[in-house]
Amino acid sequence: MVGAACAYHCTSAGLRVTVVERGAIGGATTAACEGNILLSDKEPGAELELALLSSRLWARTAQALGAERLEYQEKGGVMVAASPATADGLRKLTAVQRAAGIDAVDVSRDEVTGLEPNITPEVAAGAYYPQDCQVQPVLATARLLRHAREHGATVLPGTAVTGFVRDSRGAVTGVRTDSATAPLIPAGRVVNAAGTWGGELAGLAGVPLPILPRKGFILVTEPLPRVVRHKVYTAEYVANVASGDAGLQTSVVVEGTRAGTVLIGASRERVGFDRSVSLPVLRRLAAQAIGVFPFLAEVALLRSYLGFRPYCPDHLPVIGADPRAPGLLHACGHEGAGIGLSAATGHLIAQVITGAAPDLDLAPFRPERFEETTV
Amino acid sequence: MTTSRADGPYDLAVLGAGPAGLAAAVTAAAAGARVALVDAGPRVGGQYWRHRPGDTGAAHHGWAAFQRLRHGLAAHAGRLHHLPGHAVWHTGRTAGGFRTHTLHDGTEQVVESTAVVVATDAYDRQLPFPGWTLPGVFTAGGAQALLKGHGVVAGRRIAVAGTGPFLPAVAAGLAEAGARVVGVFEAGLPASFVRQPLTVAANPAKLAEGAGFLRTLLRHRVPYRTRTAVVAAHGEDEVTGVTVARVDARWRVVPGSERRLDCDTLAVGYGFTPQIEIPLQLGCATRRDIDGSLVATADARQRGSAPGVYLAGEVCGVGGAALSLTEGELAGLHAAQAVGAAVADPAVVRRLVRRRTAQRQFAAALHRAFPVRPGWLGWLRPETVVCRCEEVTVRTVTEAVTELGATDPRTVKLYARPGMGLCQGRVCGYATACLVAARSGREATAEELRGMAGRPIAQPLPLGILAAGDPGADPESGSGIVPDAGTDESSMPAR
Ligand SMILES: Cc1cc2nc3c(=O)[nH]c(=O)nc-3n(C[C@H](O)[C@H](O)[C@H](O)COP(=O)(O)OP(=O)(O)OC[C@H]3O[C@@H](n4cnc5c(N)ncnc54)[C@H](O)[C@@H]3O)c2cc1C
Ligand SMILES: Cc1cc2nc3c(=O)[nH]c(=O)nc-3n(C[C@H](O)[C@H](O)[C@H](O)COP(=O)(O)OP(=O)(O)OC[C@H]3O[C@@H](n4cnc5c(N)ncnc54)[C@H](O)[C@@H]3O)c2cc1C
Repeated sequence: MVGAACAYHCTSAGLRVTVVERGAIGGATTAACEGNILLSDKEPGAELELALLSSRLWARTAQALGAERLEYQEKGGVMVAASPATADGLRKLTAVQRAAGIDAVDVSRDEVTGLEPNITPEVAAGAYYPQDCQVQPVLATARLLRHAREHGATVLPGTAVTGFVRDSRGAVTGVRTDSATAPLIPAGRVVNAAGTWGGELAGLAGVPLPILPRKGFILVTEPLPRVVRHKVYTAEYVANVASGDAGLQTSVVVEGTRAGTVLIGASRERVGFDRSVSLPVLRRLAAQAIGVFPFLAEVALLRSYLGFRPYCPDHLPVIGADPRAPGLLHACGHEGAGIGLSAATGHLIAQVITGAAPDLDLAPFRPERFEETTV
Repeated sequence: MTTSRADGPYDLAVLGAGPAGLAAAVTAAAAGARVALVDAGPRVGGQYWRHRPGDTGAAHHGWAAFQRLRHGLAAHAGRLHHLPGHAVWHTGRTAGGFRTHTLHDGTEQVVESTAVVVATDAYDRQLPFPGWTLPGVFTAGGAQALLKGHGVVAGRRIAVAGTGPFLPAVAAGLAEAGARVVGVFEAGLPASFVRQPLTVAANPAKLAEGAGFLRTLLRHRVPYRTRTAVVAAHGEDEVTGVTVARVDARWRVVPGSERRLDCDTLAVGYGFTPQIEIPLQLGCATRRDIDGSLVATADARQRGSAPGVYLAGEVCGVGGAALSLTEGELAGLHAAQAVGAAVADPAVVRRLVRRRTAQRQFAAALHRAFPVRPGWLGWLRPETVVCRCEEVTVRTVTEAVTELGATDPRTVKLYARPGMGLCQGRVCGYATACLVAARSGREATAEELRGMAGRPIAQPLPLGILAAGDPGADPESGSGIVPDAGTDESSMPAR
């Protein structure tokens, strides 16, 4: 998704682009997520700024390409609190979020039931986030790349980058690939949008980037009539938001899709690239989902799927030029928000390459930050 | 855990009680192993020996072998437990072996075992054509199951179409039960079969069985037409007729040969798709067999590539009931030996291996005689539905390739949704893979078929039953979030 967004925004800015993808377009982590574009789960800070910009850019992209074609839906998010204490914490959080520019509406118990008639009666209160959206991420990736192709981009699926081309002063001037027809692709700039494998790719250029996999499962139910209307999740506890360490611990996310299936996500585990299915995790997700929507107990699970979020130790993505390897830029490490944050990421990358002033301060996302020693 | 455990632990869990699974279970129990024979159906026998209580076996083939196995089942009842009505939805590995999770009577049951034999058989392979989703269109296997399992004849005027030796068997059964079979339309030209005399001579029983079906058809004046296909079904709310056409060697319609035929039922079968969910869950290697199906790879001892997993019957290659019995016996012997029961008698093993070789050659000759040819793609119209669950048409699949640049079926699934519905690609997976590959002028690869075949949950399962096994459902152990090994949690919402 992130690479496609970079290609879309760069071609729109008049740049000539080649997209090199070792697998199928959108077939890796992008195919294994829920496709949410969220503000509701953000707290004030650099990521929220990025998310706010991205949310605006996604709306614009959807308008340009056709919302229907991306399955872009302004479905809205609902966060529910089970106890008065949690509700209290949620109120504090929404106040902070509103101050930071998020449209966060406090809603009563009755209003929650109005928004989601099938929700558990054990709700104390909630918050409604009209800006939360969803896209079908693989379709969106394909559509953005189609647009990029129409604007001159070349897309090479099934082609892996195996190394970088450097000039005498060490600047990156292209990539080597495993393709017989395009073994060497010269380029003025190379953007690393390899997601969870971004660290591996950066390693080929000799620059360390600590991006690690964080496994997640999603459950898919049988198709149902419209029984879950928004993206719904629980604020199991909201810690003291006013204090700096606003630990917002939320569990399960339940949402309906256009096709009628309900998606139940998502777990988080750090177990490397282990593709095995863990029943205890699936059971926990099922139990938590039923806690929010009791009717789900009778609904059939069709399948589960899993993916590996690309995360950095500070949970912020890596965006921008790498001073350690001139010519190389990074756009990876978006963890559980790469779909949402992709639009702004692509836009900022295009700004950096064209020399325009970036809409946001990129310092928090700088690639070399992990090597800096804090004195 | 509110899940309960079926008696155990067992030395061996045999999944599927058709010919392969029955033979494996009885053989292993006879060798001294403690065996659980797990099957979704109410009675042993699987699809081949699907029967009703009190069935005398008059309409069945190989009934004597079935009787022997049923006696074996009873004789070893002390250590061989048949668990009927257990639909397996997941098998996973434990420290000491395997844990098989089943859905039984609305509850989850768990079967623990040291080794597993997967004998989950195959289902009809379907090819789409205009009208194939109309009520009144059955799979050949479906029509036969209705007859064998319920004594119900699918219709009054029935056309049987597709390819393979299964068609005469189905048609003969329907004709004997009183249906008017208007014709058997075989797209291939099985004459090529008799050009493989050695293979045929080594399997006389099989051949006689086939000849018997053809004689039955003759007696009921049912025409058996080769190089002929049903290329469309017609009707508003249900089938009222079909278009039958002559096809060439590549299954392209011979222009002008189309004619309408009235019927109220159509039974179609283009071979079989092995059910390999469980071997895939256990990480077994798979390959594309000569009939174009994805099968789990078995070695000489019927072992899958994952340790402790044995394979028997169609899961490791479609070959019919006789081969399944042989593979089942071999799997049972080797698995029993591996878990510490009796050592297999080398002479018996040698005899079984010889028989397996001959039977596999016979199966291979059949596959070569009844291949699916790419001309069927030409029967499709842009508006023909490929995935009936999600109502995805040929046009939509084509656009995913031409407009969006998909090059493999998994990507087409992700763009256009074929295979994302209730059946999760069981019905349309093969056709979608063929359709996508054909756009690039080639056949579907094993890798592509694999991308459509993996299903971590092998049967739709009520979420409440899955959740009941969650330790967190027990208030003692608290709620908490899904385990996340690590210390620097930012604890942001799951997304
Ligand atoms: C369970 C789960 C739920 C999620 N839910 C959401 C959500 O609701 N909203 C949201 O915004 N995010 C969500 N995410 C996160 C989101 O999926 C990711 O952040 C996002 O997909 C990352 O996109 P990407 O383009 O960086 O990575 P990818 O989609 O993985 O793309 C990287 C690509 O680089 C290719 N590549 C790697 N190495 C090479 C090489 N050497 N040569 C050529 N190509 C190479 C890979 O093949 C891959 O296709 C979720 C993730 C998971 C696992
Ligand atoms: C808005 C929305 C709606 C959805 N609706 C539905 C729905 O109605 N029905 C439905 O079924 N799904 C639905 N999904 C799920 C969605 O389509 C998933 O993105 C997709 O199903 C996951 O891909 P998969 O099926 O190929 O996964 P899998 O089944 O996990 O993958 C297929 C195969 O590829 C292999 N594989 C995949 N990635 C890798 C890799 N990186 N390395 C090695 N092997 C790999 C796997 O082992 C497996 O064999 C929906 C998702 C969204 C966001």
